This record gives sequence, C-alpha cells and structure tokens, in this order.
Amino acid sequence: MNEQQGMTLIVKTITRIILWMIFLYGIYIILHGHLTPGGGFGGGVIIALGFLSIMLAYGRSGVDEWLNIKFLHDLETSSVLLFLIVGILGIALGGAFLANFINHGSLFHLLSAGTIPVLNILIGIKVALSLFLVVIVLAHMHIGEGGQS
Amino acid sequence: MPTETWLIFILIFMILGSITALELKDILSSIISIGIVGLGVSVAFLFMQAPDLAIVQFLFEIFAMIILLRAFLKKDYHQESTSRLNWLLSGVTIIVLIAIFLFSISVFNALPPFGQPLLTTAEHYIAHGAAETGAANLVASVILDYRAYDTLGEITVLFTAILGSLTILRIQSQRKKEGSESS
Repeated sequence: MNEQQGMTLIVKTITRIILWMIFLYGIYIILHGHLTPGGGFGGGVIIALGFLSIMLAYGRSGVDEWLNIKFLHDLETSSVLLFLIVGILGIALGGAFLANFINHGSLFHLLSAGTIPVLNILIGIKVALSLFLVVIVLAHMHIGEGGQS
Repeated sequence: MPTETWLIFILIFMILGSITALELKDILSSIISIGIVGLGVSVAFLFMQAPDLAIVQFLFEIFAMIILLRAFLKKDYHQESTSRLNWLLSGVTIIVLIAIFLFSISVFNALPPFGQPLLTTAEHYIAHGAAETGAANLVASVILDYRAYDTLGEITVLFTAILGSLTILRIQSQRKKEGSESS
C-alpha cells in the first residue's frame, strides 16, 4: 500500500463535523432498542461505520494517533464479561441464567423492560468495537503481499 | 400487489445482479453489482415487515462493500484466464439440479401457505411478549429475553473471531520484526 495520509481537507473537515452525528444516531438506536427497530447489532454497526469513516478520511496514522487500540480491545473484551455477569446475576436474583430480574416498568417508557436495555448497550459496544478492530487488522495485514511471499 | 409478487420481482433482480457481477470484466463494477444482492435482501425484509433485520442487513452491506473495495481494488486479482466450458461437468450439474428439484416437489406441497406461522412458541411470544418482558419491540424481547442464550453464543463467536485475527496480526508483526533484525 502507498503512503496513507488520508483524503483532502474538505473530506477531513466534513468528517469531523458529521462524525458526532453518526455516533449520536448509533447511540440513539442502541438505547431505544427495546422500543423501536434496531437494537444492539444495528446501532453497533452504525458506530463501527463512524469509526471507519475516521479511518477512510484520515488514514491509518490518524487512527493510531486518535484512538488507543489496546484500550478499545480491552473494552470490547470486558463487554463480554459484563454480559456473563448480568447472566449470572440472573441466576442469583431471577432463578435462571440470563433471567430478566430488574423491574419491567411500564410499556413504551425508556427505562423499562428490565435487563434488555443493559444487554443492548453491552452488545452495541461489543459489535461496534469488534467490527472496527476487524478493519484495523485487515488494514495492517497487507492482504495481497502475504500470498505472494 | 401481494407481497409474494414483490418478492419474486426482487429475487429476479438479485439473480440478474449476481450474474452481472460474475460476467463483468471491471472489478469495481463487479463489486458494485454484488451490492445489488444485499440491497435486494434488505428490501425484501422491509416487504416482510422486519425493519430490524432490514437495518442490520443494509448496514452490514455498506460495511462489506467498504472492506471489499479496500481489499481488492489496488491488487491485481482480476487476471483474465480463458476458462473453457467443461460440457461434461456442467451437464452433470444441470441434471443433478433438475433431479433435486423434481424430488422436492412433494416438499413444496407440504409447506404451509405464505405468512402462516409455523411454531406455537412464536404464537405465545406474539401474544404474551409485551406483558412478560415489558419491551415494546418484540424482536428485542425475543433475542434478549426469551433467547438470550443464543445472543450469548453470537457474542462468543464475535469474541473468538477478533481474538484470532488479532493473534494472526501479532504473529505477522513479530515475524516482520525478526526478518528486519536478521537482514
């Protein structure tokens, strides 16, 4: 691959403006997963696409400057652990693995449905970071050259 | 028009798109034609009133397109090789496909009509889902309450995939470091 300094100034500026709207939309989709279509998977992919737009506009060096990849990997791994902890709390408080032990609340409210929003947030973190890490790994791997050597 | 007619129309559109992707010489146009298949699937989900799946399918299609473009566009993967049609092999393939189709006609007759729910558990979820879980979105109540164990399995698959790819990356960078030291 050639020198990746990213795209032109116009693309970089517009990415900087639009990025927060993409993240906000993804967070909205994740938080409203139990009320509207979407949920952890869809919102996670939106956030991953937001990260991907940083990478496309600023190049690989920009991502290495802006983001701490090791921290992202730790956060992504710990979300699985938190999912399991919620499941085990279900055994303790609800009587079954991953039981819905929090009070359900009233229908159509943001704070309702017990553990479903919590699990949605964890899945959203997991999907967003893992898809972004896949892209980082692919960018570092030099696909074509590995086969020839 | 009923939903089935639209679905057949979308299916024909997707088959045409994939044939175009196979036959095109230019790799960029070919990747864009592959995108037609994903777009058709997400529109079909919308027609079958599954907006959750449509959103996820559409976003994953964008993601896959970006990865395909970045991975294949700069490389010389599109080397033309004159492929001759093997008449014997293609004849056997067509005969086997026709035989499978003929054998499965009785299965098509046994299928329930379009849009009829198959499972009694699904009827239970539709009737009692909102009351039992408190979630207004029925899909969320199924994947995160009734079938949360399945979701745990999906997360484990993602976790293992990322772990494996990061391990490969680490091995490759170590090998590169050793190669630069020895040379």
